Amino acid sequence: MDERITMTYAVEGGDLTHAGEASSAVKQSLRKLGLDPSVIRRVSVCMYEGEINMVIHANGGTAQVDVGLDDITITLTDRGPGIPDIEKAMQAGFTTAADSVRDLGFGAGMGLPNMKKYSDEMTVESAVGVGTTVTMVVRIE
Amino acid sequence: MTVQQMIDSIPLTVFHLDDPGHLVEGGYCGDLLSWVMGRAPAGGAWLTIMSNVNVAAVASLTDTACVILAEGVIPDAPLLDKAKAQGITLLGTDLPVYDCAVRLGRLLEP
Repeated sequence: MDERITMTYAVEGGDLTHAGEASSAVKQSLRKLGLDPSVIRRVSVCMYEGEINMVIHANGGTAQVDVGLDDITITLTDRGPGIPDIEKAMQAGFTTAADSVRDLGFGAGMGLPNMKKYSDEMTVESAVGVGTTVTMVVRIE
Repeated sequence: MTVQQMIDSIPLTVFHLDDPGHLVEGGYCGDLLSWVMGRAPAGGAWLTIMSNVNVAAVASLTDTACVILAEGVIPDAPLLDKAKAQGITLLGTDLPVYDCAVRLGRLLEP
């Protein structure tokens, strides 16, 4: 594998019924590439949490997964409402999810903390009224 | 212990059985999907009372051996369909989560 492989997925917003499909597709692709299960697990957590966030908060967006020899970079971009206080959003347990979402088992305020925990590097860039871009790097040991 | 041995011993109801010979190597109890996503061990039985379709995605992404719906919870139709489509073993029990976990833990003791 000399070059990086890039996969791009559209994530539909609003409907949690199909949430996780992009994450499942990424997982299957990484399995075919023969990556270590622990790396796949970490990417799966980061991807799924990001995907759920985009569905719940941002009416969807795009997910790009870039696989190289040494790392996997996940870039999630949305045109949602943006995050006014990123530091607060990163706190475990902080949530702005609606009760209807919480009833389904989401919205525990663990999404962004999980993404940070399972990635080696994570940056969140957000502008209110413009959108949010989350970039996560998972290194292949 | 295989999934089939666990089904017979606890005992459990089968909603969908994908691979009876799949090994069960541990367990996790939880209903908040992000907690489960972040913490459930691969190869474990996931005990929950959540029965919506998103359970299938979490079970699949965490590589759990199976999902056990406790407290007499029945999977909603989209969850059952997705479990069948994605090859996820979906089981059930009338036992409370704690009692089911205790039985599973005893079965897993060496």
